[in-house]
Amino acid sequence: MNIFLGRLAIFAAIFLSWQFASGPLVDPFFVSSPLEIGRRFIELVASGRLFAHGWITVVETLVGFFFGALAGITVGLILGRNALLAKLLDPILTSIYSLPKVALAPLFIMWFGIGIEMKIILTATIVFFLVFLNTYSGVRAVEREQLEILRLMGAKEHHLITKVVLPSAIQWVFTGLKLSVPYALIGAIVGEIMAANRGLGYLLQDAAGQLDTAGVFAALIAIITLALLLQAAVRALETYLMPWKKEQDEREMSV
Amino acid sequence: MNSPHIAIQSRSSPISATATAPTVVSFRDVSKSFTVKGVAKQASHSINVDIQQGQLVTIIGPSGCGKSTLLNMVAGLFCPTTGEVLYRGEAVHGVNGRTGYMTQSDHLLPWRDVAGNIAVPLEIQGVPKAKREARIRELLTLVGLDGHEKAYPSQLSGGMRKRAALARLLAYDPETLLMDEPFAALDAQLRIRMQTELFKLSRQLKKTVLFVTHDLDEAVALGDRCLVFSGRPGTIVRDVPIPLGDDRNIIQLRKNPRYHQLCGDLWEIITPDHDA
Repeated sequence: MNIFLGRLAIFAAIFLSWQFASGPLVDPFFVSSPLEIGRRFIELVASGRLFAHGWITVVETLVGFFFGALAGITVGLILGRNALLAKLLDPILTSIYSLPKVALAPLFIMWFGIGIEMKIILTATIVFFLVFLNTYSGVRAVEREQLEILRLMGAKEHHLITKVVLPSAIQWVFTGLKLSVPYALIGAIVGEIMAANRGLGYLLQDAAGQLDTAGVFAALIAIITLALLLQAAVRALETYLMPWKKEQDEREMSV
Repeated sequence: MNSPHIAIQSRSSPISATATAPTVVSFRDVSKSFTVKGVAKQASHSINVDIQQGQLVTIIGPSGCGKSTLLNMVAGLFCPTTGEVLYRGEAVHGVNGRTGYMTQSDHLLPWRDVAGNIAVPLEIQGVPKAKREARIRELLTLVGLDGHEKAYPSQLSGGMRKRAALARLLAYDPETLLMDEPFAALDAQLRIRMQTELFKLSRQLKKTVLFVTHDLDEAVALGDRCLVFSGRPGTIVRDVPIPLGDDRNIIQLRKNPRYHQLCGDLWEIITPDHDA
């Protein structure tokens, strides 16, 4: 509770000094002011533009996130269980991984146009690598003895995957997923900034084009809100899927 | 060769009824080498031993002498470099599903509660849910874990984790139990309790047990027979019968002069230079 009050105080201090500095100290043209931004934000909500554009970004992010994560988990699992294949594909994967995925955006625009598909694919590509690499490490980190003990119980590969590999890699998968949320938004927003007439990225770009600083900040707030909501959703899913983790965290630590 | 060895061999009392039981595991001139950085290192050699059904055989010897390797070869996790490991007369190839393994670390799945962990082998065997639950209840009672079925491994004490691992091991009813210092990490009282229960269970369920330990007292208290390994490259230097009977009380053994005599004899075998 004290933490909450402390945070509230910090926020209040920032917004108050912003509000009072805007005008006497700094040109409002550049920094706008919290009140002005709030007004623009309410305007955006009231006119329905925020939700119309926000919805597009949400769809792009979620669909891209879903397919990127699904592909990342699948490929991570397959390569994690198949050392030879992993070795064979390593140079290709490493070179694509080292490429900033945003640099692929122009190519994707040429291939898929400026519609929603291009943003989804860009988002999925970014998410794929983060989830893939984490899943792969997670699968490789599974204890070998654990697997042998199950083999002695007569386990086949599918038993090993469902009973040991997946649950033990899931913590790593979630690290990848949580890491991916802001990057998934990069895919969607950058895609929209580069080429679109819809979405929060477009709203942002449009406001900047009209030199509407308050509008830019209002769009940024919308993006932050979206990111926080996504992050919370991934956390909730994690707690739901890993009940044992909660028990472990609650245990008293001793060395 | 000095006197203690002869003393042991001359005391050739039969090892209860199991001495005439069929052979389950045979090692025929087995050796095992591992390649470390391109250099082959021999871990064990010339291992020849027959283990009869229902025997509890303890295995002692210095670290790195190939005791665990022996268990791994019975389980089919390692192949012998030379020689043959026979299980019921047939060479072991690949994973030997008639054995169950328990190591010092219990390898419970942290994401499953106790009941869930015991269920793993039953799920693999495709036992239907109702039957599975009945069997789990039975096993929980057998190992004394009633009321803890919903606890996660991280919430259990070391002894309870061992019990859970033992219940899981017994769930799929392997014919032979391979135990690699399973109780090493437990405190003394708990270790004796687990020993008592293991001994009782092995008799009750008529299991063949190969039990690796560092603890000489444990080797004598539990064993019908004790195999003594030499240092690396290891081989079996003594096969010591332990005629303490099927109805031994492991706690009361501490007051049994026969037990102390056997422990003393074993000490002399593993430290042959002691009177030099």
